[in-house]
Amino acid sequence: MTQKNRITGGQIDRTRTLSFTFDGKSYAGHPGDTLASALLANGVRLMGRSFKYHRPRGPLSAGSEEPNAIVQLRSGARQEPNTRATVAELFDGLTASSQNRFPSLSFDLMGVNDLLSPFFAAGFYYKTFMWPAKFWEKVYEPIIRHAAGLGALSKQDDPDEYDKGFLHCDLLIIGAGPAGLSAALTAGRAGARVIVTDEDFRMGGRLNAETFTLGDQSGADWATATVAELAQMPSVRLMPRTTTLGAMDHGIYSAVERVSDHLAAPLAGKPRQTLWRIYSARALLTGGATERPIAFENNDRPGIMLAGALRAYANRWGATVGDRVAVFTNNDDGLRTATDLQAKGIDVAAVIDTRTGGPLLPGIRHLQGAEVTGSTGRLGLSSITIRHANGRSETLPVTALGVSGGWNPNLNIASHHRGRPVWNETLAAFTPGPTGPVGLTAAGAAAGEMSTHAALHGGANAAIAALSDLGRTATKPDLPSAEDAPLNLSPKWYVAGKGRAWVDQQNDVTVKDVKLAHQENFVSVEHLKRYTTLGMATDQGKTGNILGLAVMAELTGKSIPDTGTTIYRPPYTPVAMGALGGRSRGHDFKPTRLTPSHKWASEQGAVFVEVGMWLRAQWFPKPGETTWRQSVDREVLATRACVGICDVTTLGKIDIQGTDAGAFLDRVYANTFSTLAVGKVRYGLMLREDGIVMDDGTTARMGQNEWVMTTTTANAVPVFRHLEYVRQCLYPDMDVQLISTTEAWAQYSVAGPNARKLLQKLVDQDISDAAFPYMACGNITVKGTRARLFRISFSGELAYEIAVPTRYGDAMIRALMEAGREFDAVAYGTEALGVMRVEKGHVAGNELNGQSTALNMGLGKMVSKKKDAIGMVLSGREGLTTEDGLRIVGVKPVDPAQPLTAGAHLLGHGKAAIAANDDGWLTSVVYSPHVGSSIALGYLKNGAARIGERLRAVNLLAKTEVEVEIVSPHFVDPEGDRLRG
Amino acid sequence: MIINHPLLGPRDAQEFTYLGDAALMNRPDGLSFPTPDAAQDAFHDYLYQRTNPAGEHRELWYHEQGDRSWLVVTRNTVTHEITAVELARDVARAQGRSK
Amino acid sequence: MADPLLKPLTPLGSDTPASATIGPVTITEVTDTALASLAARRGQDISAAAKAAGIPLPGPGRAEQAAPYAAFWLGPDQWMIEAPYATHEDITAVLKPVFTEAASLTEQTDAWVRFDVTGDRLPALFERLCNVDIARHGAGFATRTMLEHLGCYVVIRTTGHISVLGPRSSAASLYHALTTAAKSAF
Repeated sequence: MTQKNRITGGQIDRTRTLSFTFDGKSYAGHPGDTLASALLANGVRLMGRSFKYHRPRGPLSAGSEEPNAIVQLRSGARQEPNTRATVAELFDGLTASSQNRFPSLSFDLMGVNDLLSPFFAAGFYYKTFMWPAKFWEKVYEPIIRHAAGLGALSKQDDPDEYDKGFLHCDLLIIGAGPAGLSAALTAGRAGARVIVTDEDFRMGGRLNAETFTLGDQSGADWATATVAELAQMPSVRLMPRTTTLGAMDHGIYSAVERVSDHLAAPLAGKPRQTLWRIYSARALLTGGATERPIAFENNDRPGIMLAGALRAYANRWGATVGDRVAVFTNNDDGLRTATDLQAKGIDVAAVIDTRTGGPLLPGIRHLQGAEVTGSTGRLGLSSITIRHANGRSETLPVTALGVSGGWNPNLNIASHHRGRPVWNETLAAFTPGPTGPVGLTAAGAAAGEMSTHAALHGGANAAIAALSDLGRTATKPDLPSAEDAPLNLSPKWYVAGKGRAWVDQQNDVTVKDVKLAHQENFVSVEHLKRYTTLGMATDQGKTGNILGLAVMAELTGKSIPDTGTTIYRPPYTPVAMGALGGRSRGHDFKPTRLTPSHKWASEQGAVFVEVGMWLRAQWFPKPGETTWRQSVDREVLATRACVGICDVTTLGKIDIQGTDAGAFLDRVYANTFSTLAVGKVRYGLMLREDGIVMDDGTTARMGQNEWVMTTTTANAVPVFRHLEYVRQCLYPDMDVQLISTTEAWAQYSVAGPNARKLLQKLVDQDISDAAFPYMACGNITVKGTRARLFRISFSGELAYEIAVPTRYGDAMIRALMEAGREFDAVAYGTEALGVMRVEKGHVAGNELNGQSTALNMGLGKMVSKKKDAIGMVLSGREGLTTEDGLRIVGVKPVDPAQPLTAGAHLLGHGKAAIAANDDGWLTSVVYSPHVGSSIALGYLKNGAARIGERLRAVNLLAKTEVEVEIVSPHFVDPEGDRLRG
Repeated sequence: MIINHPLLGPRDAQEFTYLGDAALMNRPDGLSFPTPDAAQDAFHDYLYQRTNPAGEHRELWYHEQGDRSWLVVTRNTVTHEITAVELARDVARAQGRSK
Repeated sequence: MADPLLKPLTPLGSDTPASATIGPVTITEVTDTALASLAARRGQDISAAAKAAGIPLPGPGRAEQAAPYAAFWLGPDQWMIEAPYATHEDITAVLKPVFTEAASLTEQTDAWVRFDVTGDRLPALFERLCNVDIARHGAGFATRTMLEHLGCYVVIRTTGHISVLGPRSSAASLYHALTTAAKSAF
C-alpha cells in the first residue's frame, strides 16, 4: 500500500523503508516513524475500539498521553498488549494488531454497547452487578472482562531478559525538550554529573514538532546540535527511550529504559528493558506540557485529535491525517496548527476559534466566537458541525480536526509525595506547587513556562539554582533567541449539547457522566474519580482530568482550584511487569545456596529440596526403590542399625568471642552457659522478650573466650541480627565480638552405633568415650587437615558432627563414605533427619512456631530464674504458665495401619469437631520404621499428665479421623543410653 | 530512602532492617524488681507500650547488608525526612547502659 | 600439611579456578587468599600490634594493601585480614601471637567466594550489580552491599581491578550474576 498521506519534511529517514503489518495488512514506513505516524501516513486513522462502548477510535495525541490508539505489538511469546501506537517505534517486520474488537476493527459486534449506552452510565457496574453476590465471580465478571478487556497476554514465558541497575548523579533532568536540554548544557558545562532521561527515542521534545527557529537554526537542528555537544561530555549521560517513572524518597527516582523495544528481538545477552534506580542530589522536572481537548458531541471520532499532535505528525513525521482539515481552538497555540498545515500544502477548511476579537489569520477562514458542536463519520471523521457566533449552524466536510483547549504542565512527578499543584489563572491549568519531592524543581512548560524562550531560560536558571544548592557554580550558556509568544487562552472546556461529549477517552467518561456524578452528590474530586472512573485508566487521565474537573467546578459553582485536583502516582506511564522483576525470575528468582556435599550428592542421584535458599539432599534413592518412603525408611533403619551420614552445614554457625562472651550467652539464652567447661557443648534455648521461643541449638565452648553457637537453618540471619541488637543496643560495654562462620565450615553428622569406629579411621586423635565423651567438643585433625569435632546428637544415636574447612567438604563426604563402607554406612537426607528427630522427640521448626514457650515444649525447667535473660520475665506470665496449658506429647495411631496427618486436631471421644472442644494438634508427623507406624509430635492441653489416654485425631480438611494414643514424645531410647554409648 | 550512616555516609535504606521505636533500648533489668508482678508490669510496658507518632520518631535500624551497625534514626514518619542518625551503641552508652 | 586424602575444591566446585572474559572485563575466581576477621576486644587498642606486624587497619569503608597482609574494614573495630594462602593457610594461628588476648580472630577463608573483576569500564558493569557509586570511589574503597540479593564485599583494588567477595555457598549464583551483567553491559 502506498503512503498516501505522506507529505514532505520531517525527521524520518526516507532512504530506508520499513515494512510492517497492522491487523494482517502490510504497510510501509520509515526509520523515525512511530506506529501511529506510519499508519496515518498510510491513510489509516482507525486504530482501536474504546474500552466500554467499543467506539471506533484513532490517535488523539502524538505522545505517551495517548488514550485511544492502544494496540497489541508483535506475536507469539513476545506479544505485548496495551501499547500506545503513538510511542511505538517502528521497526522492520513489526506486526501490530488492534484489540478490544470482535470479530474485526471495522465490524465490532460489541459496538452494540454503544447503542445501549444509556444503560452504561457512570456507576453502572456498581448499581447493576451488586446482587446476587455469588453471581459476581461466575457470571458478571467473566462477561465484563470479555467485553471490556484490553489486550490479551500471550500466556507464554517472555523469552527476553530484563535488567536492573543503579545510577548516580548530581542532577537528574527529566525530559529533554528545550528546558531540559538547556539545563543539561548549563550543568554539563559546569562539570556536574548529569543524567538526562527522555521517553522519546529522539531528544528535543516539542522542538522536533514545531517549525519556529532557535537563532538561525530550526528547533530540531538546535536540539540535534545540543544533544551532540552533551554526548561529548564525559560527565553527562543521555538516556533516550527512558521514562522516569516516579520519585522515591530522598532524591531516588526510578526509570525504565527500553533498550531493545525498537528491535525485532534484543541482541544476544542484551536486555529488553532495564529498570534504573537513580540516586540524585537534585532533580529537574522538564517534562513539558500535554495539550487538552475541548469536549463536544462525538468528539472521539478517528481523525479528531489534539491540534499539537496534528501538526507534530505533519512537521516531525511528514504525515497528514487528512487532505482537508480544520482546527478548533481557544488559544493562539492552536492557530499554529492551521498555519503550519497550510504551509505544507494541506487544505485548511476553517479555524474555529472560541475567542472573539484579536487578529485574524491571513489567508485562512478564521471563525471567531464559533464552536464545533458535533461530528459525523462512521469509522472516521467526515464532517464537523459548526455553530457560528451568530448562532448559525454549518456542516463542514473535513477528514481531520485539530482541537486545542490549552496545555497542562506535566507535573505528574512533582505531585508524587503528595505535592499539591497550584492553579495558574493565565494558563487555566495547574502547575507544580511548593510541596512535592524534596530536591525536585520544575522548569520549562512543566512549570508553566510555555514559550520556547521561557523554557530555554527557565531550564538554565533552574540548573544554576540546583547546582548552587550543591555548592557548585554554573553560568548560563548563550541561549539562542526563540519565540516568546503568549498563549492568549480563553478557557473553554466543553460545548453544551445533548449527545455524548467525551472527557476521558480511555475510560469512556463523558460530560454527562460527570453531571450524573454531581446529581448523585459525588462532588468531591476523589469521589468523582472513583464513581465515574475518570482518570483511572492506564493514561491516568493525562488528557481528560482537568476537563472533568472543570465540568464539575461549573456544576458546583465553585472555581477549579476550589474544586481541587487529584494527584498522580508512579509510574508515569505503564511499565511491564518483566522490568520490575528484572533478572529475578524462574531459576534466578533468588540465589541458590549449595551445600559442600552437593556435587557428591548429585552424583548419587539425590533428590533435593529447597530449604530457604539452600538446596539440601532430601533422600538418596537406591536402585529398585520406587517410592520415597522406601529410601527414607532404609536410611533411618541403616543409621539406627549401623551408621548414617548427613550434611548439616546449613545450620547457622556464629563465632562468639570476648571476655564477656559467657555472660552475653547467659543473657541471650534462657539457660546458663557461663558455667560450661571449655571443650563442652550445651543445648540452648533462646527466647524472645515476650517469652516465646525464638530459636534453639547447641553452643560449644572451644576456648576460655571462644564459643561457637549453632542456630536453626531458617533462623541463622534473624538470630545474628538479634545478637547484634543485644550486644550494641542493650549491653554496649560487654566485651563480645560476633561473626558468622556458617559458610566457612563443611559440617557432617555421623550417627549410629558405628559412628565412632568410622570416625576413628579418619580422625588423628583418640575419640574414645573416655577421651571424647557425650557433649564434648574440640579442634582435631583429619589425616592432617584441621577440623572440629562435636559429640552431639539430633537423631538420638551415638553421634558426632565433624567440620572441615569448606574447600575440603566434598573430599570429606567422599572420605566418610569410603571409610564407612565396611560398616554399610548410608547417606541420609532431610527426610530421614526429620524422622529420627521426631522419633527422639526433639523439637524443630514445626514446634518452634512463634507461639510456643519453653513450657509448651516440655523445656520449662531450662528457663533459669537466677539470671536476667531475654524473655525470662515475660515467659512467667499468667497466660503462658497455666497448669493445663499445651504440652508436647508423642502420638501414635491405635491401629498401626492408619496414617496420621499433620495439623489434625486432638479431640476427646464423643466430642463434636468444633473449636471449643479442641484439645491440641499434631505438629509433626512421620512414618517411623522403628515404631512401625505413623507417629507424631503434638501439643496437647495438660499433655504431660495424659500419657496413655486415647483421643481422636481429626483433620477436617483431609476428612480423616484416627483413634490415637498419647505417648511420651521419646519413641526411641528414652533413657538416652545410645547417645552416651 | 537514604540513611546517612555516621561511619559510612549516605546508604540506601534497602540495605537496612527496621526494628521500631528506639525506646526498645531501655530494657529493664529483670532481676531488679521486688516481685514477679512488678517485673512483669515493667516488661509489659517496655515491650508493648510504644508511641506511634505522626511526625518525628526515633527508631532502630540495622545495617544488615552493610557493617551490621544498629542505628538510631530520627525520622519524620509523615515526610520521611531524616534529621539525625546515631550509632545505637553510642546512644545506649549515653543513656547509661553498660553490661 | 593436608593429607592427599582431602583434596580441596574451589567455591565453584572445580579443581581449578574459573575465569571468563566478556567484552573488556575478565572475571576470575580467586582461591589463593587466606582470610581472617580481626576484632579488637572491648577497650583494646590494637593499632600498635598491627603496625608492628605490618597489618593495615583501614578506616570505615576503606581497604589497604600491604605485603604480605592486606585488610578491609568490616564494621566498628572489625577488619578482614587477607594474606597469601600458601604461607598463611592457618591464618588465625599466625595472627594469634600478634594480638594475643587483645583481639578476637576468626578464620574466614572458606566462608567466601572471591571474584576479581579486571578491565576497563568497570563502573558500566557494576551499575548493573549494586548501588555502589564505583565511578566516584577510587582505589582503596571497600564496602559491603547487596548484589543480586547477596550480601557481598566490594573492594576496589585499583580503578581497573575490583574484588567481589560473596557467600561461598552461593558462588554459582554470584558468578552467574556477574557474567550475565557483563553480557548485558558490554
